[in-house]
Amino acid sequence: MIADPPIGEDDLNAFVDGRLAPERHALVGRFLADNSSLGERVAADIAARNGLRESLQFKAAEPIPARLRIANLAVERRRAPRRWLQVAAAIVLVALGAIGGWFAHGRFGATSIAQGEAPIAAEALRAHRLYTVETVHPVEVAAAQEAHLVQWLSRRLNHPLKAPDLSAQGFHLMGGRLLPASSGAAAQLMYQDDGGARLTVYLRADGEGGTAFRFVKGQNASAFFWTEDGFGYAIAAQLDRPQLLTIAESVYQQSRSSVPTQRPPPT
Amino acid sequence: MDDVAANLEPHIPGLRRYAWALMRDREAADDLVQDCLEHALAGWHMRRRDGNPKAWLFTILRNLYVSELRRRSRRGTRADVEEADSAEALHDSDPERRLIVRDCLAALDTLTEEQKSILLLVGVEDLSYADMAKALDIPIGTVMSRLSRARERFRQAIETGSAPQLRRVK
Repeated sequence: MIADPPIGEDDLNAFVDGRLAPERHALVGRFLADNSSLGERVAADIAARNGLRESLQFKAAEPIPARLRIANLAVERRRAPRRWLQVAAAIVLVALGAIGGWFAHGRFGATSIAQGEAPIAAEALRAHRLYTVETVHPVEVAAAQEAHLVQWLSRRLNHPLKAPDLSAQGFHLMGGRLLPASSGAAAQLMYQDDGGARLTVYLRADGEGGTAFRFVKGQNASAFFWTEDGFGYAIAAQLDRPQLLTIAESVYQQSRSSVPTQRPPPT
Repeated sequence: MDDVAANLEPHIPGLRRYAWALMRDREAADDLVQDCLEHALAGWHMRRRDGNPKAWLFTILRNLYVSELRRRSRRGTRADVEEADSAEALHDSDPERRLIVRDCLAALDTLTEEQKSILLLVGVEDLSYADMAKALDIPIGTVMSRLSRARERFRQAIETGSAPQLRRVK
């Protein structure tokens, strides 16, 4: 039988880290019990290690912020090297806007528009698709902290926001999150009805002064979007056009009224 | 892309924890993690297939942090954690546990960057000794002796601090 190798620094570190094989662990444990000063030192190291782990655990338990989600970072990466394409797209968009204005039938004359021509709609639908399927972390800040949520997002978007009240349409606010957008930051507010269907309101700064309501149909959801005073709105849900239009109109009316919506204060 | 996300996302909570422990500033730490993830996405197809993504990610993050420290010291900005704000971690309602957290973080602040990284990556993020050797680009025997020295400094900092409480944590 081969004698056990002598106990060294490696064993003591691996003992502290709990990485020894069971027999070796037991052997080192007996050795430390017989050498009380060394045993005390190792016990203090274990306590310090546990203390450090516990001190930092809160950070690992936090939900991952939207800006660190791989899907969002990948979107930014794909976008970054093609700025000239965006410029080209913007020129096309201006041209389309001129043509669209010519044919527009008033504010609610919604025309179907391809996603590539409307960045805000594409971003809103992408964010809608990504987060409405989340069961654990659908939102970053929950509706229970609505005052904080609205204040935070208003600050980050540099625009005073309100969470529209959609209870008349059967949707209740779940909460919201901050997202990266081509224009800097965007906010997503998520709503849910009693049947579990989800709707998102997407908000961000948008270069133009104001545009008509436009409608876009994505793969799994549709969106109404518009710009008002340089600020863009998109309402996305898996609803048909008339239903979604009713909600979009409600959001539009609420965004224009300077009086805050009447709602009980958050609890 | 889903495959990349599936490989990287499980490590984000740990990366945020390591970055926060180094920087003690929520936004600055997340900026560092974002930088790390952007580098990881750019280099995903060039990484070593046999290596594990966890050690690779933590190595990227540490290298970015170290070069940031160098940049700051060249500019003459103090790179240590004098103004470190640990308030974010002091959320426990139990005052004794709050003391432990405060003392542990204060003790961490007394270490060099390399000592911090060794303690955090081995003791908190559970990187293997072999991965640690690769991350620091030193032999595994050197990792062991530096780990012992880091533990000794950390233990002494706690003992000379005001943390007799820590001895009661088992």
